[in-house]
Amino acid sequence: MPPRYTPAAVGLHWLIALLIAGGFGLGWYMTELPLSPAKLKYYAWHKWIGVSVFLLAVLRVGWRLAHPPPPLPAGMPYWQLRASAWSHALLYLMIFLLPLSGWLYSSASGYPVVYLGVLRLPDLVGKNKELAGLLHELHELLGWLLLGLLALHIAAALKHHFLDRDGLMGRMWFGR
Amino acid sequence: MKSPIRSLATLALLIFTAAVPAALAIDAAKSTVTATFRQMNVPVDGEFTKLAGSISFDPAHPEAASARIEIETAGFDLGMDDYNAEVRKPEWFDSARHPKASFVSSGFKALGADRYLASGKLSIKGKTIAISLPVTVRREAAVTVFEGSLPVSREAFGIGDPGWNEVLDDSVSLRFHLVQPR
Ligand code: HEM
Ligand code: HEM
Repeated sequence: MPPRYTPAAVGLHWLIALLIAGGFGLGWYMTELPLSPAKLKYYAWHKWIGVSVFLLAVLRVGWRLAHPPPPLPAGMPYWQLRASAWSHALLYLMIFLLPLSGWLYSSASGYPVVYLGVLRLPDLVGKNKELAGLLHELHELLGWLLLGLLALHIAAALKHHFLDRDGLMGRMWFGR
Repeated sequence: MKSPIRSLATLALLIFTAAVPAALAIDAAKSTVTATFRQMNVPVDGEFTKLAGSISFDPAHPEAASARIEIETAGFDLGMDDYNAEVRKPEWFDSARHPKASFVSSGFKALGADRYLASGKLSIKGKTIAISLPVTVRREAAVTVFEGSLPVSREAFGIGDPGWNEVLDDSVSLRFHLVQPR
């Protein structure tokens, strides 16, 4: 039985993955809608999902520092070790930067973020239309970057599972 | 030769204008009127960018004060084009049929120090409601500043599509900062 990630790490990985999928879905859908009360609700939910990702990311990195991942199988090519280290580091970075850019964008647009409708988060920057335009582009750009990274990440996971059959996929799942 | 009636009339006018301070225009560029509404508990500010008005105020005779402030509802800026287009629609400000909102005050009551209670009539979207609101009056080097805020019910003035009530509070906080050069 190969070593695996702790259940907490697995839980956080998939919970965050689920929320990010929801964030993308809502993000694309809501921006296409004409202005309506429903649109405002979806924007609020999108922000709440994003802030949740941010909070879980803090937890996840904290957990990760205290619980190193299981060692990768011996004999893995050096380039794969480097690629996995780098892509994982960038994925971690993105789950902070993407929500942060959204939060910055909201602040610059003059819309405070009220998490779950009850907790008002501080405005990160003052209202500024030009800055808001830039931050909007940054938020979109980071979204595409994360999608690119995820495409690689998922492709790698599938390669290990179906081609290499080295059981890496199982490391990121719950087990005995 | 001047007719005595004209002389008397001139005299009466002189006395009248001396007793009632002249209404001085406010500096629209330095004055702001902001509406803060709450959507799903998120406070959002919009600014009325087109305003005009004049105030006549003498601290020695606050009861004789008068003010008239006019706002163009089409100048309301929420910072987003689609929001701005929405609030000009008939369900909201109906800017096409009611381009102006106004506050006309007919007297201040001293509340102590630099605070006063201004009473008057607030007209928005063709509806007029008598209100009184606290105003702070500050005399600075070259200007007089009138400041205050008041809650306004959207429903009372028929502002808003009821379909939005689920995400938008009825009460909107109106804040003003009026600068009058002396
Ligand atoms: C938003 C989506 C996702 C993010 C942000 C994400 C992020 C990460 C990160 C940062 C790691 C490294 C964990 C560590 O070593 O500390 C990881 C591992 C892993 N991810 Fe994802 N992931 C996402 C989605 C997915 C998906 C959709 C799959 C499956 C197709 C997947 C499969 C895996 C696997 C199998 C590992 C373990 C690799 C190993 O054994 O070392 N992930 N993920
Ligand atoms: C997991 C985190 C997040 C993801 C994956 C994500 C993704 C996206 C995507 C794909 C869009 C559509 C881009 C566009 O066409 O404009 C979007 C838009 C937006 N996001 Fe996020 N976002 C996240 C977090 C946040 C957070 C935390 C906030 C604010 C607190 C936020 C605020 C916004 C706003 C206001 C828009 C609308 C932009 C517009 O009106 O065009 N996002 N997001």
